[in-house]
Amino acid sequence: MSHRPCAVVGVGQTHHRSRRLDVSFGGLVREAAFRALDDAQMTFEDIDAVVLGKAPDLFEGVMKPELYLSDALGATGKPMFRVHTAGSVGATTAIVAASHVTTGKHDRVLAVAFEKQSEGNAQFALGSGRGASLGAGGAFAPFIRAYIQRSGAPEHIGWMIAVKDRLNALKNPFAHLRIEDISIEKVRASPMLWDPLRYLESCPSSDGACAVVLATEDVARAAAADGRPPAWILGTSSRSEPSSFPGRDPVRPEACVLCTSDVYDQAGITDPRRQIDVAELYVPFSWYEAIWLEAHGIAEPGMGWRMVDDGETALTGSFPVNPSGGVLSSNPIGASGLLRFAEAANQVRGAAGEHQVDGAKVALAMAYGASNQYFSLAILANSLDPFG
Amino acid sequence: MPGLSEGKVAVVGWAQSPMVRRTDLSETQLLLRVITDALNGIGLTRADVEFTCLGSCDYITGQAFSFVSNLDALGAWPPKRDSHVEMDGAWALYEAWLRLQEGDIDIAVVTGSGRSSTGDPALIYPMEMDPYYLAPLGVDTVTLAALQARALIAAGLADERSMAEVAVRCRRNAMGNPFAQVQGDGNVDDLLRQDFVREPLRRHDLPPITDGAVAVVLATERRAQSLRDRPAWITGIDHRTECHNPMYRNLADAPSIRIAGKMAGLRDGKVEMAELHTAFTHEELLLRDVLGFDQEVVVNPSGGPLASNPIMATGLARVGYAADHIFRDGNTALAHATSGPCLQQNLVCMLEGES
Repeated sequence: MSHRPCAVVGVGQTHHRSRRLDVSFGGLVREAAFRALDDAQMTFEDIDAVVLGKAPDLFEGVMKPELYLSDALGATGKPMFRVHTAGSVGATTAIVAASHVTTGKHDRVLAVAFEKQSEGNAQFALGSGRGASLGAGGAFAPFIRAYIQRSGAPEHIGWMIAVKDRLNALKNPFAHLRIEDISIEKVRASPMLWDPLRYLESCPSSDGACAVVLATEDVARAAAADGRPPAWILGTSSRSEPSSFPGRDPVRPEACVLCTSDVYDQAGITDPRRQIDVAELYVPFSWYEAIWLEAHGIAEPGMGWRMVDDGETALTGSFPVNPSGGVLSSNPIGASGLLRFAEAANQVRGAAGEHQVDGAKVALAMAYGASNQYFSLAILANSLDPFG
Repeated sequence: MPGLSEGKVAVVGWAQSPMVRRTDLSETQLLLRVITDALNGIGLTRADVEFTCLGSCDYITGQAFSFVSNLDALGAWPPKRDSHVEMDGAWALYEAWLRLQEGDIDIAVVTGSGRSSTGDPALIYPMEMDPYYLAPLGVDTVTLAALQARALIAAGLADERSMAEVAVRCRRNAMGNPFAQVQGDGNVDDLLRQDFVREPLRRHDLPPITDGAVAVVLATERRAQSLRDRPAWITGIDHRTECHNPMYRNLADAPSIRIAGKMAGLRDGKVEMAELHTAFTHEELLLRDVLGFDQEVVVNPSGGPLASNPIMATGLARVGYAADHIFRDGNTALAHATSGPCLQQNLVCMLEGES
């Protein structure tokens, strides 16, 4: 593509909790923004534009909060852009922010995404206040049942994913859920919410925020020379499809398949299983890991669950998925997609701490939204030419 | 700004729904029609569209994820490269303008849509204010606008008569616009005899409540010339925000508009016509001053937002009307969009005929 390279030069996130009563909305986003700016060795003065993402405003009851948050994010006199593409929004926020850099419009852009779910009732808002909302789990369970029916996967796969991500979360100091005694037995014994999804196979509802600083090649190379490795963005794509019509396959959504081929083509990936070292995939309910492994061409159709069963997606496996603990461990909805992007960036920067995948050079970040309709993907790497 | 040459992008077509106080059509149905009209008008179909970006607001619609059903209007199959902004469609246009400059695709559709009739603006709009210090006061848009109008009067930039003159001119302009909601051939003295809604604002200083949608088609240089004889080239576009709390701002000024205008390439107010997102009469007087317009600049020949104010599409409609000026052999036009209390956030888009 005929655009300038863009890299992540700063990453920050909040400690995610059920209720962050210690901070206002502004305080929450600033906690993430200052960590990202510190990481980039910048201040708000260095930032040319701010891109803010979050899921429905009805979650908190603040309409168009980019207006109120312009002060907290140092945006006075600058462009302040607001993205909302359902659950995929956090990743779309990073992609739109990157577009500001790749096209030459700006040199240093701050992407911020947040959700402060304790301010409202997300379950209520998901159903727009109409009674007896199914909730996200209720909407997704039929897709998962279809996957199980189609693949013949055994029921313990969901439990394994739930345990694996919670074990990873114990290595992530920012993670919301820290279940020290997590086990297959404990997941299996937890209440059934939406068959086949049990309580411990479901994401939490979190207050949290994430921020990344995106910058030009010059800025990124200067950071690298200073011993602060950047994460280069090798490919991005966002695609959407309508919710329901004959012939649509929500288990292998065409928007996801096309997004995947977009970013693989841009990054020069022909064998994702070998060329990608780690993936941060949007898995709010356990089974989605197996579903997405297939929709991203990492596993053959019907074989995603076997990668889980064989332990390949564990932190020490051949293809680690969600070493951060993923959405199953922290879920401030609007920020969850940007967290995938930020964690993938940290992996290729070698900055993931205790949940670092050894030698990770190329990472896939992915988020989805609505009824498996909105997809945003990115490939991040430790150099512009990681396969060279 | 960095030195990369900006890819040329033009507005090549647009369409709007009739602007009405209330429609029984859903937002998706409104969009279905305006997208079809915008594309068919230049011989394209949905299959030609490579990127879509929608602008709408869940709080106007009264439903979380309200934009998701609007995918049906896009005909997003096979799945489109797509995005959505919880902002006026003018910012959707900004994102599409950026996206087209990445160089791999050529045609984008952007929309703005809203049905304000389904809610009570006086109840909804306080919810866009600071949730701790301002929203609890229940301060609505009209009250905040009245504060700004007072500031302008105090600064000598406006008075009740000059504001009424703006209303009379806009309503008269709207008589030539078959899509406009409020039209009329009134006179200033009659208007000034009416009671205040919020002093110093009278009914004529306020916009109507409008249901409506707008779709705009953008094309890169590779395609624009073949789609329209005289594309409206976007020569500059920029948006800026400022401090949220109106109490901390000088309401008789609008620095974010000045910056956006400068960054978009406006020099000394030199432009043939401008479509301004001025939903209140005094806002036009402020913008004329801040943008440096002289009396030669034709402002809101469509009637402007005082004639039709489809929230979330009002700004994008400005781009459409400005493009019409270029399509009809004009040379330069400016479109402005705004969001937030007292013109907090502003976008300026400069359009030119073949340059």
